[in-house]
Amino acid sequence: MKTITDQQDISLSFEEEPDQPEIWWRETVRMFYMNKAAVFGFIGLIIIILVGLFGPVFFAADPFAIIGLPLTEPGKISLLGTDYLGRDVFTGIIYGVRTTLAIAVTATVFTVFIGISVGAIAGFYGGKIDNALMRITEFFQVLPPLVFAMVIVAVFTPDLMIVIFAIGVTSWTTEARLTRAEFLKIKEREYVMAARAVGAKNKRLILKVVLPNALPPLIIAVTLRIGISIIYEAALSFLGLTDPDVMTWGKMIGLSRDFFFEAWWTVTFPGLAILITVLCIALIGDGLNDAFNPKLRGR
Amino acid sequence: MLTAILKRILYGIVLVIAVVVLDFLLIQAAPGDVVDTILTEAGGGNPALAATIRASYGLDKPIPVQLITYLGKMLTGDLGYSFYYDDTVFSLLVSHLPSTLMLTLSAFVIAVFLGTLMGVIAALRPRSIFSHIITFFSLFGYATPVFWLGMIILLIFALHIPIFPAFGIYSVPRPEGTFDRILDVINHLVLPTFTLAILYLASYSRLARASMLDVLGADYIRTARTKGLSEFVITFKHALKNAALPVITVAGLQLGSIFSGAVLVETVYSLPGLGPLLYESIVRRDYPVIMGVLFGAAVTTIIANIITDLIYNLLDPRIRGIS
Amino acid sequence: MNNPSVESENTVLSVENLCVDFTIRGKQVHILSDINFTLGRGETLGIIGESGCGKSMTALALMRMVPSPPGWISAGRVVLNGEDLIKATEKRIRNIRGAEISMIFQEPMTSLNPVYTVGNQIAETIRRHRDVRRAEAWKEAIDLLDIVDIPSPERRVREYPHQLSGGMRQRVMIAMSLACEPKVLIADEPTTALDVTVQAQIFDLLKKIQNDRGTGIILITHDFGAVAEMADRVLVMYAGHTIEEGSLDEIADSAHHPYTKGLLRSMPEIDDDPDDVRKPLPEIPGTVPDLLRSIEGCPFAPRCTFAMSKCRDLPHYFDLGNGRSVKCWLAQEDIQAKEQA
Repeated sequence: MKTITDQQDISLSFEEEPDQPEIWWRETVRMFYMNKAAVFGFIGLIIIILVGLFGPVFFAADPFAIIGLPLTEPGKISLLGTDYLGRDVFTGIIYGVRTTLAIAVTATVFTVFIGISVGAIAGFYGGKIDNALMRITEFFQVLPPLVFAMVIVAVFTPDLMIVIFAIGVTSWTTEARLTRAEFLKIKEREYVMAARAVGAKNKRLILKVVLPNALPPLIIAVTLRIGISIIYEAALSFLGLTDPDVMTWGKMIGLSRDFFFEAWWTVTFPGLAILITVLCIALIGDGLNDAFNPKLRGR
Repeated sequence: MLTAILKRILYGIVLVIAVVVLDFLLIQAAPGDVVDTILTEAGGGNPALAATIRASYGLDKPIPVQLITYLGKMLTGDLGYSFYYDDTVFSLLVSHLPSTLMLTLSAFVIAVFLGTLMGVIAALRPRSIFSHIITFFSLFGYATPVFWLGMIILLIFALHIPIFPAFGIYSVPRPEGTFDRILDVINHLVLPTFTLAILYLASYSRLARASMLDVLGADYIRTARTKGLSEFVITFKHALKNAALPVITVAGLQLGSIFSGAVLVETVYSLPGLGPLLYESIVRRDYPVIMGVLFGAAVTTIIANIITDLIYNLLDPRIRGIS
Repeated sequence: MNNPSVESENTVLSVENLCVDFTIRGKQVHILSDINFTLGRGETLGIIGESGCGKSMTALALMRMVPSPPGWISAGRVVLNGEDLIKATEKRIRNIRGAEISMIFQEPMTSLNPVYTVGNQIAETIRRHRDVRRAEAWKEAIDLLDIVDIPSPERRVREYPHQLSGGMRQRVMIAMSLACEPKVLIADEPTTALDVTVQAQIFDLLKKIQNDRGTGIILITHDFGAVAEMADRVLVMYAGHTIEEGSLDEIADSAHHPYTKGLLRSMPEIDDDPDDVRKPLPEIPGTVPDLLRSIEGCPFAPRCTFAMSKCRDLPHYFDLGNGRSVKCWLAQEDIQAKEQA
């Protein structure tokens, strides 16, 4: 009797995660591309950024300049109409891309820097340091963010740096908690203990071992934080609490507040600009979330 | 259980003290002080007058002493005086807080309850159009500035289709009778509450949907099925309670954010709440009021957090701790 | 196909020609093919096989809990007390579940709802199937906890699952499943997630209950040691087929099917010969077939040392008498040899 040797393909029920980082990242990008909404958002954001970079080149104008009669409807003098002083809404929106995004990104960098640092140190060292840092975090969490930011901007002169500072100081707690939770989880993993066993120092452990593995949720948090910062800045400038020399979308809405019943375009278009920009960011964030999800990867 | 509550309240008081200290530090950092404000209101003055007023306010004493005095005053309810409103800060807060509270609470309740319900229904039919709408609209909830939405809603519902009143919290003149007055207030609060609630509702419904889908795949649901329970009991007794927990957690954490949203909505709808109060005082550099509002807002948030903690404790026995 | 299992007045559950199919990536896949066995009153049937052979799916099929978007029962009868469960209405099945036939699972840590007390969950079963008042049901829950050897049941009944250990939670599951005196209890790997010492206790408990109440138990496991402890009869499964059935002694001492023989051989034994300690464990070469590819003939043939050209056709289920049966062509030769003898 002979054995029927039959070469059968063995199908694995799941792909084992390879440890090479390049393959992992490639898979992430692949997952992202498969999500049509995310790609749509990504392209949308690229378009917006290009408009912000090159728009002022093609439509060279001063958003503060008066181009015609106040409160003219869209289509008469300018594409999107004029505001209560006769300034061009369209120019304001084009120029607003730069200012809004610049402020939002800077504020995000600031927020995330504080947040990740506090969270990493608290999560990694634990014990008394963790306790102390968490008490501080809770204190900042108790102050309603906008109210606190308004007070800060009110106390100090309304200046771009102050606005960024105010946004940063009132928002870092979310990233701090997230980072701390990730660090607590990863700290116990075997590869961290292995690195420690071969004598890696704390600083190296934090920066080179734990942090890279905590990246996925952090990347998503940073992406979403940019969106939140855009809206946050818009709220502050809506209330008039920003640098008087800067024209942002929120400011446009705030300035035209008393006139929007008669002139809907002065408020609607800047608001739509905010909505579309943040929507693109949200789609990207969603796409990243799905792309990193281990349950969905590998088909 | 009781000791835990007491500890929590005690901790809350510590936080309140910390807020007061923060207020004090901010005042110190502000350019100019009360005296300048007084003198400006009075139309200018001379250094001798300024010095006298300073002394009467205790502003010539060293900083730590001032801090203690300030602490003492704040914690006993003396929050200062506003020259512009000609009223104590405390009574200003008391008169403006209810409107903000009503708005925040109603928006919170609607967002949580409706959101959970919608999310649960979407989870029962995960591939339906309703389910996809919920997933998609949550993004709008994140991307829409609440103040802009308020203005757009005002434009549509107060101007073009005038169903609801546009501004204020009650009509002038006020209607007679308590019942009619209550109805009037509710009528005025409909649009602002809707504006504030819808953004959070969008994200909570998506969260509830995801949470419910997670729960429906859990082992204990399988166990419930083997016991021969009906789908209704499985969904609404076994699954719902577990699925609602993350929504309540997130909502509780976002109370500060909802409060901030209320501040913006009040400004748009001209409601007599803390929002316009804060805004006006910032414009007029009325520092006692500014600090008072920050203090009041923080205290409200602290109390709200304690209450949410309590509710969460009641719902999830795992948090309660072992007796 | 014959149903060779012994059917008598003592038979509580009879499974005939049960087939379950799944639609995976557009293809129809046979997850269970022609499952046959019976269970007698007060008897324990051990279903053994490696991961993926379909034993858990069989249990789910008995409860009519096959996950229904991708899967369905395509053929067969499951007769419980004279009633075919496959043909029963949804409403009837819900009344049967938990009352006539119940099931406990592998993961006691997650099988109980964390936000309701243990007593609430047990009483829920009682009140679902019997007309009992709340206070009465609660009292019965305490009694049940006592039966499953949980100390201080009056206190425990008001506790939440997270306050109990894994072993205790599994006992609660057992209590819950017995609340309405079912004829059949299906235990799907009930002790795999527990300590060995707790394992022994759970088996003792199940045996005690079986003796007291005459409950038929289907024990599903990949661990032959557990089978040896508990089972009266054994059913061996491979790749969605039932391939051998018999009493515990018959299977252990004189297994017919090559797979069963390989399985028994691969179990490590405590040997008192010190020189043999380093011997490698015998294994069955090859791996379990991929069910996504339709299998022609005997599913075990590719790995079988005795495979013949005849094995390209799926073997019949051969009845060797006395509840003994094998799905293998070799058995045919054995029968012929016996007849000639």
